[in-house]
Amino acid sequence: MSKVITTMSLPLSTFAQLENFGHSLKASSYRICIKKTEDIWEAFELAKKLGLKVTARGTGISYNDVSLNGGGILLDMSGMNQLLEWDSSSGVIRCESGVTLQQLWRCVEPEGWWPPVVSGTMKTTLGGCLSTNIHGKNNFQVGPIGEHVLEFTAMLANGALITCSPKENSDLFHAMISGLGMLGIFTSITLKMKRIHSGLLSVDAWHVPNLNRHLSDICENAPHYDYIVGWLDTTARGDSLGRGQIHAARQLEEGEDPNPQKTMQLDYQHLPDRLFGVMPKSLLHYFMNPFVNNLGMWGINTARYVAGLRRHTFRQSHAEFHFLLDYIPNWERSFGRGGLIQYQSFLPKETAEDAWREMIGISHQRGLPSYLGVTKRHRPDKFLLTHAVDGFSLALDFKVTDKNRATLSRMLQDFDNIVVKAGGRLYFAKNSETSAEVARTFLGEDTIGRFKELKKRCDPDGLLESDLYRRVFG
Amino acid sequence: MLEFTHPYLEDNVSDTIPAGDSPRLAIATPLNPRRRGIIIGASDGLGAELARLLAREGYTLALLARRKELLDSLSAEINRTSNEQHAFAYPHNVAEYDKVPDLLRKIVSDLGGLDLVIFLAGVNYPPGGIDKYNFENDRKMIEVNLIGAMAWLHPISEMFQSAKAGQIVGIGSVAGDRGRVGNPGYNTSKAGLATYLEALRNRLTRHGVNVLTVKPGFLKTEMLKAAQGPTPFAIPPEKAAEDILKAIKKRKQVIYTASIWRWIMLAIQHTPSFIFRRLSF
Repeated sequence: MSKVITTMSLPLSTFAQLENFGHSLKASSYRICIKKTEDIWEAFELAKKLGLKVTARGTGISYNDVSLNGGGILLDMSGMNQLLEWDSSSGVIRCESGVTLQQLWRCVEPEGWWPPVVSGTMKTTLGGCLSTNIHGKNNFQVGPIGEHVLEFTAMLANGALITCSPKENSDLFHAMISGLGMLGIFTSITLKMKRIHSGLLSVDAWHVPNLNRHLSDICENAPHYDYIVGWLDTTARGDSLGRGQIHAARQLEEGEDPNPQKTMQLDYQHLPDRLFGVMPKSLLHYFMNPFVNNLGMWGINTARYVAGLRRHTFRQSHAEFHFLLDYIPNWERSFGRGGLIQYQSFLPKETAEDAWREMIGISHQRGLPSYLGVTKRHRPDKFLLTHAVDGFSLALDFKVTDKNRATLSRMLQDFDNIVVKAGGRLYFAKNSETSAEVARTFLGEDTIGRFKELKKRCDPDGLLESDLYRRVFG
Repeated sequence: MLEFTHPYLEDNVSDTIPAGDSPRLAIATPLNPRRRGIIIGASDGLGAELARLLAREGYTLALLARRKELLDSLSAEINRTSNEQHAFAYPHNVAEYDKVPDLLRKIVSDLGGLDLVIFLAGVNYPPGGIDKYNFENDRKMIEVNLIGAMAWLHPISEMFQSAKAGQIVGIGSVAGDRGRVGNPGYNTSKAGLATYLEALRNRLTRHGVNVLTVKPGFLKTEMLKAAQGPTPFAIPPEKAAEDILKAIKKRKQVIYTASIWRWIMLAIQHTPSFIFRRLSF
């Protein structure tokens, strides 16, 4: 008998079950921890030898399958997290791609800088931010994060390191940012930070009684602020449909903050980890769970709307204003065993109101209301797989249960049709159900052809593949 | 000597992995979750019924057995009825242990992950009478029923342990509960398998992995032909497959199917040796 081999060359102990942020999707892969650029090359070689596909994963907090690769190799980039060069006089920073936004702002903020674009959580890695080309609450002013990248280096499937900037390899620069990690793996990223003169923002908050006012208020006020975000009461019906609250913030000018040294200290930006100074917030999601159902969320949304009826202005630290998702640790666990998904649609300002009125109406009719709605203002950008439009976005969170999967799936397909018909787009960091057909419609054949062509150039053997790639481009 | 040729012992089929590109399958999404399973020994009988049942439950399955034609027609049938690619066929002989690591990796890659493994490859090759001994037959049964299970379940256990998730199902037999006069080799292989599965259960439960031992009595399948004497309480494989699916969902540890065998075997296990060794069944 021939020799019995029972262990593979790829250690089986690297097999890990990984999830999306909402814990609604699970996929098992071989996880390889990356510490330095050469590790990526070794992983590529191993994958080629074994006939496996490769996907990079940062902290794994996308809502969908963009950083999942079931049955293949996942490069855990979170260990490649060195801040390489920081020039506090020019605000230019060079980091490895596993650096998180948290590391980034904690490095630059005490010296009077802030990342130009941040997501609603500080746990994202820069590599992930560039792959999905994230936007912030200031998208209408400054565009997505890609517009603030001075240069990046990435490894292609053949092991070559390529440097791209808006001028050098411009086509790849605009395709790899937003390229979902399918053209190469970011290794280092150079970003320009934004000057701040205080650790605080001045925030105006007011309520809007319906969807029409909601969108027109965002549209009219946006030019006068640096950041604007709306909370939408997804449970309100009839004339009140689309009511909510707008938070608009501007940076303080030099001199407005009497003591900027103090407010820019890290301690000042710290998110409290206890509620009322007593209860650890990490336990809070257990207490939220009983309310995460149609009735409970109606109550919470209504209470929140009523509580925000008074127009007021206040000052808030940058971290508190931006990182709402980090305010209650593990809040997504309160959605229960089936987890949650998010449906974020981007619609032109002309069609947004009608489309969202229809969508929210459908969600009420079918008894599948969203539990949280967030609106933002956007402008288009030049990146290949862009999700932005001159208009608005609405992000809707839905609870997934064994019972509602089929009906929710049908409803989201109907949403897709409404969005596509209204000239809208969907976002590859959020939407988990978008089909290849829908993506082809809103991206256009040209864009997909161009992306596939670059994919062929950068990765001719199709080494880089994620579950999302197989779902949308496979 | 009683002649019985079991499918898994035929030597005239190729063991090559399907050539060409792996077929594309629908990707799991939160609203269309797909569990992925491997059935080792899927070509007919209980294995085929389990494949049909799990495919209806939404599983994407890798079907393994020696006979390519049977596997192909089964997977074609499953894919036709479900209108989607639910089944992939991999001709394989479990006694070719050194092929397991590469094949397992390929299957996990093709399926896009792994949640469930059912090992039911088994042969029953009786010696042909209570005074006959046949080492070749016994060896083949141990090689397939026991060592085959180890070759597959060792790497899978390691993966599941590391992933802290997964379910392993091993199909033992009531024949493994007591050494009897008729077929010492088969009794030993199934007793060994049951003990092996118990050991895996004790190792893996603490890592969130469920190990289920199924002990069928008589099933109305090809293998029934190998049984000598009466075959009481024989049930169709469809019924056994349903019992097994129920047990998988409930994350049970040991089940008998039909369930009456639990009580029969309890009595048999507690029959004192001075009586048992005088019996001839």
